[in-house]
Formats: sequence, structure tokens, C-alpha cells
Amino acid sequence: MVETSSRDHNAEAVIGHGGALKIGVLALQGDFIEHIHMLKKLGVEAFEIRKASELEGLDGLIIPGGESTTIRKLIDLFGFVPGLRALANRGAALWGTCAGMIVIAKELTDPYPEPLGLIDIKVSRNWFGRQVDSFEGEFAFKGIDGGPFLAVFIRAPVVESFGDSVDVLARLEDNGKPVAVRSGNILATAFHPELTEDTRVHEYFVSMARQAAASKSTAGAS
Amino acid sequence: MDSTSASGTAVNGKAHARAWREGSKPEVGSWREKSGLAQMLKGGVIMDVVTPDEAKIAEDAGACAVMALERVPSDIRRDGGVARMSDPDLIQGIIKAVSIPVMAKARIGHFVEAQILEALGVDYCDESEVLTPADNAYHINKWEFKMPFVCGATNLGEALRRIGEGAAMIRTKGEAGTGDVVQAVTHARTVLGHIKKIQHMDEEELMTEAKNLGAPFELVLEVHRTGKLPVVNFAAGGVATPADAALLMQIGVEGIFVGSGIFKSDNPEKMAAAIVKATTHYNDPDSLAEYSRGLGSAMKGIEVNKMSDDQRLEKRGW
Repeated sequence: MVETSSRDHNAEAVIGHGGALKIGVLALQGDFIEHIHMLKKLGVEAFEIRKASELEGLDGLIIPGGESTTIRKLIDLFGFVPGLRALANRGAALWGTCAGMIVIAKELTDPYPEPLGLIDIKVSRNWFGRQVDSFEGEFAFKGIDGGPFLAVFIRAPVVESFGDSVDVLARLEDNGKPVAVRSGNILATAFHPELTEDTRVHEYFVSMARQAAASKSTAGAS
Repeated sequence: MDSTSASGTAVNGKAHARAWREGSKPEVGSWREKSGLAQMLKGGVIMDVVTPDEAKIAEDAGACAVMALERVPSDIRRDGGVARMSDPDLIQGIIKAVSIPVMAKARIGHFVEAQILEALGVDYCDESEVLTPADNAYHINKWEFKMPFVCGATNLGEALRRIGEGAAMIRTKGEAGTGDVVQAVTHARTVLGHIKKIQHMDEEELMTEAKNLGAPFELVLEVHRTGKLPVVNFAAGGVATPADAALLMQIGVEGIFVGSGIFKSDNPEKMAAAIVKATTHYNDPDSLAEYSRGLGSAMKGIEVNKMSDDQRLEKRGW
């Protein structure tokens, strides 16, 4: 940990009660370290998940940016599919960023990779074109206060269509295509909050995981 | 290597980009996106391919990107002659065949080859010592491009000079086309060791260190502050087995390039998948033992320590 200066008051803001929250980041390939770094900034216990058995007991899981084709193949190769479905079904918070959004979608406009179908959205991959067309811009994000969010898009997808269960949290300004969506315990963003210094989307996800943990302990007590 | 500060360095890097590219437009092809794509490749394996079929094999094995080439380095070494940028038809054939990013090589200093690669829609340009250098004194001014660049380095000064010129990703040079990992290890240890040394220096020492390294002072300062390179750092050159890949990951690089090591082995499909898996579970010897089984022969290779200096591609670059 080098950037001691950026460890700020956010930590106190999100550390809740009721024991330590456990959030994992799928660390098969991609920018998982950046997510871990953001979570640690918020004072959350964050774990690199490299084996399916490590999914047990997590209150939340982030599937990071990376190469969606690669991450999807590694999910199969290392036997993660049942564990990921179980995690989503038991109500733990799940967040896919960019490649992660593609992996958890219900449907893609491309024939492959075969998505996991955990959130009712249809996603178009590399919608903005190849790398030279990556860009960044500012967006309003529903449920997040404090002004617009700087979003970094890298060979990013967009949501083409979505089911009734899905709430749109952020859209592209020019054509209204959704780039951040939520359905219950599942969050998906086309962009990369982990590549900025702004921790607000991570705070949003941590509060989702906190809700998941709270309902788990309530269920356990009853 | 401490990589927990990476999200901060993207911003610092961008500040450098802004300072050095006065009047440029930051929204498209900005430093954050260029180095950001490299962040997306981390923990992954980038494989040299010479045909669309090989590119599919690499993608199916879990490669996170491919390098489109006419000849792999071991063949370039064998054939001799001048090695240049690949034919646009070949590169575009490979771009069409896969959905993962496609990289291609330009000669050192050959900015027109780089312009052509950018026009073709290549995702990343490797300004590479594997090709015959086109300029004896200067590298490409990589800030001029929207397309990001990866460059080779044998030591920290060279790495920081390339980043100063706008490289968004660094790889060790190793000794390409040999199947001998010794130089990749040497370069990774040299770069990472020097980073640790700078991290623990007093600030007074940094200007002289920058002078000795031949590196931009601001970047030396950033290495001192963060304890890592301002961009992603992969290993390349001579990786031939899953164990080689895991060795370099444990030493502290963030991902692996495999050149001749896949398609010059007995069983490219198996070797490719095994190296991908070993790069993810690089710290787990039980898994590595499993991945190393039954792969057939790795590429035959050449022992680097028995090569003469004029055969060494790593010496190219200024």
C-alpha cells in the first residue's frame, strides 16, 4: 500500500456494524487489483478470488474489466459457473464492470462468448469500436449524489435492451443507451470506476453487499 | 511488486500526458484509456500468431490478446534479412478472426509503419526490437497517436524513456525467439530491483539518479512515490513453458507475452491453454504441476548465453 494520502475519511463512512463485510474480486484476468485497491480505500476486506471454492461466504463479488472472451473461458476452465449462479441466487451482491457486464448478461448481440444470464439485459460488445475509439465522459448516476461521475470507456459495451426487472442508473447522453443498470442484488456498468479516483460507485456497491449481508444474518437468526 | 496503487498512477500518468502534449485533446485516446487497456490485459497471456487459424487457437486457449505477425521471432532469427511490419491483409484477417485485442509490430523509429497500423484499426502497436530498427537514434513519438504502444526494455532507464515517449505498456525484451527465459528474468529483475532501490532513496538523490538512468526526472519521482512503473509491466522473450510464465509472474510482472513458445511446441493448443492457466494460478505449485503434465516437447530453443552479441535482439533500442 503506497498511496497513504488517498486513504481518506471514506473508510469511516462505509465501515458498518455487524462484523466485517467480505467482498471478493474475480482475479482470473483483468484489472482486479484496481477494484481491490478501491475496496481497501473504503476500509472493506477484499479478496482475490482465483478458485471456485473461494466464492463461499462472500457478501459481494466484482467481476472486473478485462477481456470478456478470456474471462468467460477461464470461468469455464476453472469450474466457476455453478458457484457464480449460487452466489447470485443466494442474494449476494454481484457487480460486473465492462467485461464483467458482458459475462453476467442474459444475451449478447454477438454469437459468443456465451453469457451467464444473471441479469436480464442484452449487451452489445465493443459498441464504441476498437481501442482508438475509447473515451471518457461525465454522467449522472441515479442513486449517487455529489455531481456527475467521470466514466472511462475502454472498448466498452452498452445495454441494447433490458427486461422489466432492470433499473437504469446511467445512460449515454446522445442516444440514451444504458451504461449502468441494476436488477435487485446485481449491478452492471459498461465503464470502469476502478480506473478513477472516485470511489462513489464502489460505495454504492458496498452498500448493496451490506444489505445482502444484513438479510443473510436476519435469515440466519430466524 | 506492489500494484495496489495502480488506479492512482493512471491519473498521474495522465497529468504527464497533459503536461507534455500541450493543446492536445484528452477525451479520445487519452492516457487513461491507453494505459487503461493495458490494465485490462493484466494477468493475461498475449500470443504471437501468424494466421487467423492460429489466432483462433490462441483465443480459444484463453489468450487475452494476440500479436499479428508474418513470422514468429524464431523464424525471423532463422531466415535473417530485414524484418518489417506485416502485410495489412494478414493483420486485418487476424482482426476479423478474433474478438480479443490485436497487436502488431512496427520497427523501432518507423512512425509511418505505426501510422499504417493505426489506420488498420490495430488495438496496440509494439515498437519492437524483433523487427529491424528503422532509426539508429530515435524511437517513435508515441504521444502523436491515438493507438496505444507497448515497448520493450532491458532496464529501468530504458523503460522510463519509452514511457516518456508515450508508451502505455512496457514489456521486458528477454531474448525473443530463443525459448530461453534467462534474459526475460534478468530484465524483469533489473527493472523491479531498480524500482525498489529508487523507492528507498532520499529525494536529494533522485535528480542524479535520473541523470544516471537517462530517464525523465518526473517519472523517476513517480517511481519513487509509487514503487512501481507508471504503466503495466509484462514479461516477454523466451517464455516456453507454464513454469516459465509462473516464474516471471512470481518475480513480479503483471502478464506474459509468448512468442515462438506456443506454435513451435509439439502441441500448441495444449501448451497455449497450460500457459494461460499457469499465469492465473502462478502462485499455486499444485495447480502448476497439473498444468505442466503431458504437454509434449516445448520449443527446442537456443541457449542465449552461448549466442554472440550481434545475434542478440535485446541490444536494439536507444
